[in-house]
Amino acid sequence: MIFEFFADLLGSQILSAIIIAALPLVFIILYVLLANWLERKVSAHMQDRLGPMRVGWHGWLQPIADMIKILQKEDIVAKDADRKLFSAAPVLVFVGCYAAFAAIPFSSAFVGADLELGLLYILAVSSIVVAGILMAGWASNNKYALIGAVRSAAQIISYEIPTVFIILCIIIVSGTLNLTTLSEQQSGTFLNWYILGGDVEGWKKFALIPFMFIGFIVMYISSVAESNRTPFDLPEAESELVAGYHTEYSGMKFAMYLFAEYANMFVVSALVVAMFLGGYQSPFGYVGDLINVPWLIPIEQFFWFTVKGLFFVFVQMWLRWTLPRLRVDQLMALCWKYLIPIAFVNLLIISFLMIL
Amino acid sequence: MNLYDFIFYFFAALTIVSAFFVVTTKNIIYAAFNLLLTFFGVAGIYVLLGADFLAIVQLIIYVGGILILMLFGVMLTNKITNVQIKTEASFVIPASIGVGLFAGVLIAILLKTEWRNSPADIPISTLVPIGKLLMEEWAFVFILLGVLLLIALIGAASIARKE
Repeated sequence: MIFEFFADLLGSQILSAIIIAALPLVFIILYVLLANWLERKVSAHMQDRLGPMRVGWHGWLQPIADMIKILQKEDIVAKDADRKLFSAAPVLVFVGCYAAFAAIPFSSAFVGADLELGLLYILAVSSIVVAGILMAGWASNNKYALIGAVRSAAQIISYEIPTVFIILCIIIVSGTLNLTTLSEQQSGTFLNWYILGGDVEGWKKFALIPFMFIGFIVMYISSVAESNRTPFDLPEAESELVAGYHTEYSGMKFAMYLFAEYANMFVVSALVVAMFLGGYQSPFGYVGDLINVPWLIPIEQFFWFTVKGLFFVFVQMWLRWTLPRLRVDQLMALCWKYLIPIAFVNLLIISFLMIL
Repeated sequence: MNLYDFIFYFFAALTIVSAFFVVTTKNIIYAAFNLLLTFFGVAGIYVLLGADFLAIVQLIIYVGGILILMLFGVMLTNKITNVQIKTEASFVIPASIGVGLFAGVLIAILLKTEWRNSPADIPISTLVPIGKLLMEEWAFVFILLGVLLLIALIGAASIARKE
């Protein structure tokens, strides 16, 4: 698809591979600027404030101004910190988030790598993020940072288990791990989305709906926890740990964590969208089909995917400014005592329904 | 040099250089993080050989599981309780005998295998054949391994439980 297009255009495989790898970076930068502004405005309006208003219309240039400010900041490394690992950690965290973008199906024409194992691949590369966070915590040589890192790793590993169970539910129903195929199976109208039972025939579709809903909720909760957002932001709980694993970081290295966090928010939302909410499919047909312009369809698909993804990013912000933070024991109890049993029973029921 | 060769030499160099540092470094945390790169490089070479499932399982189990567990162990002992972890060479003779035997096996496999070294030979995905083999031909062994893992889980839970 897009790889062949660039390879034909430029005549060089290596060059086109580099361009394809760089395209998500452009997307991430634009999206982070938007999400950063949105987070401030959402939080402000939820607390009956206005938020940034001075720079540009309703402060929309504020994130750009902040980026320029952060680029000028001095890069401080604490005296007792481990210099090499301290500098490598933010890169590793960002690489983990960025690598996941390779498998995300933005539209039928633009998928970085159309992997047969797309769902598992995103899970696998997100484990690199855990290693990066542990590296940051250790290299900072700071008690708050180390405790934050260990908490974060424990949390991400625990919440991977319900995620995997729900992914198994989807695999049983769809029979594929390929994110593009998953989206293609949910084509047509929103009635074919997996949250509404997918394209399964007959009464099974209606029997599946409640369990798909449960699966969706469990998946969304655990994916919010995996991206370390409030109400699960124990690793960077301000009242206990200053700023958790990035306490010692400043300037551009701190910005890398910011980018990684926002990129991760989009990755988990994209995963939920691809699995349950039709992927890049439009909820009700395409304008391109209607007026017979085939090249318009991939662009529409990109639009729908981004809109759905951004909506779930917005829901994460909404949760952040609505719910208080959990305690550590509550966090672990929620995962091990509620989400995992629910997800497991859900898996059993769905597999029973599918072999009937 | 085409793209395929370029990627192969990149991952091969990554694997060898980081594996060298794993063995030579005195700092156990450096060794652990170099091991991360080694696993990553090996996963890349698996992908090039067409073993996509193996590559992803390698990342999930070794990077996401074993390496994180190792880091946890090192961090919780070394930094918090000031226990010194030994990093000098010990048991040189038994270790070299074991490693020598293992290297012999590996070299024998290396020479016997017919390597697929061009993109055209590589299957699109190994997922379906592996699933069929596990569920049909090797179903009994597969279930047995599942029971073994379950026993290990129950054992771990009973050790960790407060009496």
